[in-house]
Amino acid sequence: MSSITQTTPAPASVRQYRDYDQPLWKRLLLTREMAIIALLIVVVIIASMTIRGFGQPITLTYLILDVTPILLIALPMTLIMITGEIDLSVASVVGLSSVVTGVLTHGGMPFEIAALIALLVGGIGGAINGFLVTVVGLPSLAVTIGTLALFRGLAVGLLGTTAVTDFPEFWTDLAKAKLGTTGVPLVIIPFLVLLVIFAVLLHFTPFGRGIYAIGLSKETAAFSGVDVGRTKFILFVLAGLVSALAGIYYTLRFGSARGDNATGMELQVIAAVVLGGVSVFGGRGALHGVIAGVLLIGVLASALRLANVTSDVINIITGVLLVISVVSSSFLAWLRTRRRAPGGKPRVEVSTAG
Amino acid sequence: MTIPPGAADPAPALELRDIRKSFGSVVALRSGTIEVDAGSIHALVGENGAGKSTLVKIVAGLYRRDAGVFRLEGAEVDFTSTADSKAAGIAVIYQEPTLFPDLSVTENVFMGRQPVGRFGRIDRKAMRAEVDGLFQRLGVRIDPDRPADGLSIADQQVIEIAKAISLDAKVLIMDEPTAALSGVEVDRLFQIARSLRDEGRAIVFISHRFDEVFDLCDTVTVMRDGAYISTSRIADTNVDEIVRQMVGRDVTELFPKQETTIGDPLLEVEGLTSAGIFHDITLTVRSGEIVGLAGLVGAGRSEVARAIFGVDHYQSGTVRLNGKPVPAKSPTAAMRLGLALVPEDRRKQGLVLDSSVSRNTTLAIREQLAKFGIITSGFENRAARVWASRLEVKTNALSTVAGTLSGGNQQKVVLGKWLATEPTVLIIDEPTRGIDVGTKAEVHRLLSELAGQGMGILMISSELPEVLGMADRVLVMREGRITAEIDRADATSENVMFAATHAEEQHS
Repeated sequence: MSSITQTTPAPASVRQYRDYDQPLWKRLLLTREMAIIALLIVVVIIASMTIRGFGQPITLTYLILDVTPILLIALPMTLIMITGEIDLSVASVVGLSSVVTGVLTHGGMPFEIAALIALLVGGIGGAINGFLVTVVGLPSLAVTIGTLALFRGLAVGLLGTTAVTDFPEFWTDLAKAKLGTTGVPLVIIPFLVLLVIFAVLLHFTPFGRGIYAIGLSKETAAFSGVDVGRTKFILFVLAGLVSALAGIYYTLRFGSARGDNATGMELQVIAAVVLGGVSVFGGRGALHGVIAGVLLIGVLASALRLANVTSDVINIITGVLLVISVVSSSFLAWLRTRRRAPGGKPRVEVSTAG
Repeated sequence: MTIPPGAADPAPALELRDIRKSFGSVVALRSGTIEVDAGSIHALVGENGAGKSTLVKIVAGLYRRDAGVFRLEGAEVDFTSTADSKAAGIAVIYQEPTLFPDLSVTENVFMGRQPVGRFGRIDRKAMRAEVDGLFQRLGVRIDPDRPADGLSIADQQVIEIAKAISLDAKVLIMDEPTAALSGVEVDRLFQIARSLRDEGRAIVFISHRFDEVFDLCDTVTVMRDGAYISTSRIADTNVDEIVRQMVGRDVTELFPKQETTIGDPLLEVEGLTSAGIFHDITLTVRSGEIVGLAGLVGAGRSEVARAIFGVDHYQSGTVRLNGKPVPAKSPTAAMRLGLALVPEDRRKQGLVLDSSVSRNTTLAIREQLAKFGIITSGFENRAARVWASRLEVKTNALSTVAGTLSGGNQQKVVLGKWLATEPTVLIIDEPTRGIDVGTKAEVHRLLSELAGQGMGILMISSELPEVLGMADRVLVMREGRITAEIDRADATSENVMFAATHAEEQHS
């Protein structure tokens, strides 16, 4: 269609289309993601001024070592939640991959091969989730609650209550190694590589555009040639792979493969993703917000621990923070609809009798 | 033409004068004025975005006016909620009523105000008796005990009307009630409307279909750009004049059909069957040809379109485009081969409502826009700007959320999205449903021009004038089968309607 220019009738007012209806600074700064980043910065500043020891490099080192598995898994989780699905089985995949690595290494297999097989197992686990959600058509919440129990059961069943601890020192040292004298752990590098890959995938590829379209309107996405099933399947497999990678790291970091490794971590991941601005209904969210969300929860926990606050109080604080963040976004949305015209037909009251 | 303010008439049932309403910096209504007498049917017409819906929502208590006079039977009123409006005797019947699907028809009529018998129990007998009486009065036959789920939109509207009457509503507002109705259903609705008028109720009827306005209404008020333009007695005016007042200019030709040379077959569908939905559909669309697919709502036309495009599955049959087979169940493959489908429901299937004009326009071409697999907002805006200007989408910024545009502009965005894929065959389902006259003419001119450039167009439409005005050839579907194929020269509303409603002699 190269020449539909004469389409327009006589009174062709030459309309100028701006790219955006808001100036750049507003679009960049007045976002939920920026609010979380600002909050993170405020918390870091207050903590380093008031809590003794928080400003030391060792705090940063442990903080990053601790949050790395959550950061890793948050990447694919963000994409899955933007499509409107969820994966609750990620922490069980961490446990399963940890056990698979441990059992195979213990049985005499080279660590590298064992780790590769653990990755493969994670990928298969993700594929099972993906298959049940996209081909069989079950809700992901139910499917992954099931596989959460299944994968954890397999992990504990394989290794019982024992632990495998004989891993090559080269690898366990590497997991805790620091970049020169900076105190920043080396694991930040593979994470940053994955972050770039996932950020590009979500924000700068046709595949990523499809992810958002699915989350906002599955039907329109399907009518527009977005392969909804294939997209979701790929995301579940990615979640499995990345969770398995996190499992291998977790094993090396603590030098121990156990069936109950990372139990409950799925909730930390989901909490951080939601805090970072991803809508639980799908369609909204960005990776920089999610990273800030993970770090905010990590920094709070580490600062409060240094201030000798007990872990149940830390849990209460992060819980309150999460509830406030979810409520605030709904509240803001409600405020907007009160002030602006709802587009299209009214949805408040359509019946004539009360 | 304009009726002077009544000399000694009783106060009108509903009177709005110079109503103003703005949302932030956007003025939706500059001076909304309408005066509806009891015992009359008053048409409210205007292009999309003219402010009709805003006016209705103010009457319904959904919005509060910023300024202006709002009187009911002479008394000044100010509603802060829909409950206020209902209590004052106003009922609004929307295009698509929302009933409780799992409750019975009777329960829906009495929702929230069930008659209570002894011991606080719901008095089902009294409910049934009243519903029977209501349906008898309206002359409709709907089983009061069946669940609302599965009722046709027409029947659902009747239930809303029954509700309104049982509440003794003085003013009934019908917001495009006929948009999704078939001919027979429209007739029944009109009968009901007339009998309500004769009971002395005031009815406001909003429609884009002028034949209906002239058939049903006594008075017509025209709005444009959020302002009152005129009020005339139906007997004193005509379609041309009203259209002129609505668009503020002459719309010379509603169906600007160009003469085209019809070329080789592009889309060939053979024996397409999906059990219980459509059977043995065989059709061909040639280059430069507009094929109209007519029939009643529910005849299976949209389902055929969806199956051809690969959204829905089918059991047997083949689809070929330019001689190449189009695989089943893959819109992506159909798009690659050069097929495009502008779907029936633009809010659910055509657009991602919460996404920007830019993202929507480029959703179907996102793969082509990417360079080395990377796509940026810059690429999208560049492509979207081209289509927004060609189709004159009314918005200031490409980042505008599509859901906030008016119906006509939303349709333009959907059209742009599919034309951007450079299709050889365009399937378009209800191209002008619920959009205003001005945009309608633009869409028709566009379709005509596209055909002139050699595109094949399969146009599904429930509006007969549109089918007769635009199509080179008319196919008629009834109950999942193609029952007639009529050439442009021979097509009349009579023979198309006949094929759509009557069983033909089966020659097998």
